[in-house]
Amino acid sequence: MATTTSPVSSPDEHRICVFQARGITKVYHVGEVDVHALRGVDLDLFEGEFLVLLGPSGSGKSTLLNILGGLDVPTSGTVRYQDHDLTRYDEAALTRYRREHVGFVFQFYNLIPSLTARENVALVTDISRDPMDPVEALRLVGLGERLDHFPSQLSGGEQQRVAIARAVAKRPQVLLCDEPTGALDVHTGIVVLEAIERVNRELGTATAVITHNAVIASIADRVVSLSDGRIASERRNESKMPARRLEW
Amino acid sequence: MILTALNRKLVRDLLGMKGQVLAIALVMASGIATFILSAATLDSLEGTMNAYYDAHRFADVFARLKRAPRSVAERLGEIPGVSEAATRVVVDVNLDVEGLAEPGSGRLISVPEHREPRVNGFYLRAGRFIEPGRRGEVLVNEAFAKAHGLHPGDTVRAIINGRRDTLRIVGIALSPEYVYQIRPGDILPDDKRFGVFWMSERELAPAYDMEGAFNDVSLVLMPGANEAEVIRRLDDLLAPYGGLGAFGRADHPSHQFVLNELRELRGMTVIAPTIFLLVAAFLLNVVLTRLITTQREQIAALKAFGYSNGQVGRHYLLMVLVIAVIGAALGTGLGAWMGRGLAEMYTRFFHFPILEFSLHPRVVVLAVGISVGSGVLGTLSAVRTAGRLPPAEAMRPEPPADFRPTILERLGLQRLVSPAARTILRELERRPIKAAISVFGIAMAAAILVVGSFMKDAIDCVLELQFGRAQRQALTVTLNEPGHGRALREMEHLSGVLAAEPFRAIPARLRSGHRHRLVAVTALREDAQLFRIMDLNGRVIAPEGDGLYLSAKLGELLGVRAGDRVTMEVLEGERPVAEIEVARLIDDFAGLSAYMRLGAAHRLMREEGRVSGAYLAVDQAQISRLYTDLKNRPAVAGVAIKTATIESFNAIIAENLLRIRLSNIIFATIIAFGVVYNSARISLAERSRELATLRVIGFTRGEVSAILLGELAVLTLLAVPLGLALGYTLSAAVILSVDTELFRIPLVVDRSTYGFAAVVVFVAALISGLIVRRRIDHLDLIEVLKSRA
Repeated sequence: MATTTSPVSSPDEHRICVFQARGITKVYHVGEVDVHALRGVDLDLFEGEFLVLLGPSGSGKSTLLNILGGLDVPTSGTVRYQDHDLTRYDEAALTRYRREHVGFVFQFYNLIPSLTARENVALVTDISRDPMDPVEALRLVGLGERLDHFPSQLSGGEQQRVAIARAVAKRPQVLLCDEPTGALDVHTGIVVLEAIERVNRELGTATAVITHNAVIASIADRVVSLSDGRIASERRNESKMPARRLEW
Repeated sequence: MILTALNRKLVRDLLGMKGQVLAIALVMASGIATFILSAATLDSLEGTMNAYYDAHRFADVFARLKRAPRSVAERLGEIPGVSEAATRVVVDVNLDVEGLAEPGSGRLISVPEHREPRVNGFYLRAGRFIEPGRRGEVLVNEAFAKAHGLHPGDTVRAIINGRRDTLRIVGIALSPEYVYQIRPGDILPDDKRFGVFWMSERELAPAYDMEGAFNDVSLVLMPGANEAEVIRRLDDLLAPYGGLGAFGRADHPSHQFVLNELRELRGMTVIAPTIFLLVAAFLLNVVLTRLITTQREQIAALKAFGYSNGQVGRHYLLMVLVIAVIGAALGTGLGAWMGRGLAEMYTRFFHFPILEFSLHPRVVVLAVGISVGSGVLGTLSAVRTAGRLPPAEAMRPEPPADFRPTILERLGLQRLVSPAARTILRELERRPIKAAISVFGIAMAAAILVVGSFMKDAIDCVLELQFGRAQRQALTVTLNEPGHGRALREMEHLSGVLAAEPFRAIPARLRSGHRHRLVAVTALREDAQLFRIMDLNGRVIAPEGDGLYLSAKLGELLGVRAGDRVTMEVLEGERPVAEIEVARLIDDFAGLSAYMRLGAAHRLMREEGRVSGAYLAVDQAQISRLYTDLKNRPAVAGVAIKTATIESFNAIIAENLLRIRLSNIIFATIIAFGVVYNSARISLAERSRELATLRVIGFTRGEVSAILLGELAVLTLLAVPLGLALGYTLSAAVILSVDTELFRIPLVVDRSTYGFAAVVVFVAALISGLIVRRRIDHLDLIEVLKSRA
């Protein structure tokens, strides 16, 4: 198995690269054991691209996403975001980077239970420079009618769509989704994927979705498979399938 | 505050744990209330006192003497440092007041007619000044007037120099000399039996052969004057005229009591609030730490969206501030309310023209600052943890806690304890610091109860010693002038008198090196049975030899121990000066006492059989006749009645103690409840998943509750004995703080006090437990298991 594959194939050469990760490794010290979560990964993400990172649990995909999103720093290697080297950023600069450029969606939604849907989105728009109106963001994910509901009054799919609205309300350059459908059934999972698809299409936000569900890969422009901290394979979908036609 | 989404979260989080917020705010409020109460009362009392003293020219140096001609008065003003000198005639008389069977004591003070005296003036509450040439007109002090319902126009009968006279009250007055109004030699006020009267000098002086003379001096000093030097010169000047020793304001009986109270208030501003705020800070710390653990993922999400460490830290800090401000607001209101009550209570002790409780903004600002400061200090580490929580790490659920077999299990004794008990023990052993802090918090509640209640035990003990076993006389009769044995025999033969024991009181200055003190040395018969010298442990001490028996406090002030010698300068008669050995120091409870054997006193004074008065045991059936007899005896200057003293004691002190005790119970309950309730809620939050799992696999509600509440029970059981011990220690500290010239209190804590403290804490714990138990009963099993930890 190759440690790396050539990340850039010809059709991408004229496109603007959002992320450029080279030789990323990540070692965690858990107790007295070293866990190698990433063992040298090269990866690019292009403007407007929809990327799916496939891999079983423990393959290192969440670690990779956290590093791209500025939540974590690699043990070695470099990550470039546009013209900036994220690996040289300090804590404050990473915070600013997340605030201005990155939208996150998590498997367990991570909504603030004490805030309504609208307020959860406002949490982000409060600190952004040119945000959407929270209502507009919630309409984009089809929740225009449930603005003042608390998370406990929403279904899992609805909660995840609030999380997506929250992530995109700041008009981020990249949308990073960690197992967005992991806690959902097929039907609601598809509704959530449709929302992500729509954001990618209508706003042109570069999107990376992590999943262990191979079916979801067919809605991506490009699919990268991770295994044991390395990129195992990479392929490009000649024709993307719309999310609503997925089945699993 | 802009209502950003983050601030909305703050408000909702606070509302979501309003029980805990309230419990902490109440503990804080208790601390702030005691602070406001004592600081504002201190301010009010001190301000009122200074204004009153200034307005009515309270003197700086005082002296009494036998008699000096007016010509001496001019030389008083020549003492360097004296800005104004005033002389008066002051005499003590027997009163016969309507409605009072027993004789009362009155002090007549000469004043100029028509106006307030320039030094030691008075505030005229009602009526008018004395008019020239009107016989028998007097002003009376307000406390006595109130006690007897006297108004201008009423009369009181007094025995003035052996003659029955009628005093016509024309005005009611208050004087800075009698803010705390006690009969000379007493330690408790008795407004019913002691009155102060101001009378025209032109009328009073002739009655006592004092025309053109005086027997009382008050000096106002210039700023920066050397008081000790003025006192020395004044003593020299007055010595040929029977000077009884000059003293400064600090030794003035009334002022001394006010100062004593101010000192106690000052102590109170520190001790009690510190305890409460420490507990509050600890509770905040525990609650916030727990909240931050619960909200790990929310914190991670906030950081993922780009909230900075500072913003997240400030968010939690703001939570603390809100609680602290609620506590400060509640506490300020409560403190002001209680302060008003305390000021009102003081008006019964201390007679000021007005005593208004004033709450200075500075005190409020300080209170808010203290409460916010303690809150922030208590939670700084938790807030810093929240700020520093690395987002990627926070995203992962908290790792399972690290448990180990307990000591018990390592010793192979696990069969002795049930699985539930094992869970409890492991939990306690895993986080010993958290457990220790909880134990300490609950212990504090018990300690506060002990401290708040032991004073009653101690005072009961003093009462029993002092009035039950040491002073067994019913009456103490004092003569105008030391008389011969005949006076004693006369008293013995009054009907109703069962026994009489003489005493000789000698005014003297005791000196050791540069330290000196004015005292009245009481000489007693070595076989005295009615009035016995007794220490705090109830040991009777019979005076022997020629030595002096001094209060341990007096010994401390003079810097002498048993076996040392002191100079005794007698201020009466031929004013002998003698070197006398200190035979023994006595741990007694009030005042600065000095005793000697009667025979030794007589030899020292070169006199035979003279007595100053007698202690009487009486037949209660004939008491009213005895009172009438005593009222009509010109030689009798005063009669002190033991039951009256005890009565007055109970009326004032006992009621105050009861109030203090009640507020302590309330505060301690708040603390106990605050600590137990918060500990329980936190344990529940931390372990709801575990407890729900146990319910799912078939444990009953009772079994599950037992695990959680068992932990609290263990904490409470550990805390109570510790708290009682802590209470005993704090009581000892309180005793040190009231160890003054005026009072000493023995360290006595009754078993009932310990029992009471323990019961209050157990009940508070039980109630908190029951509230939490209801929550366990309503644990949503599915919900708990569905969500991630």
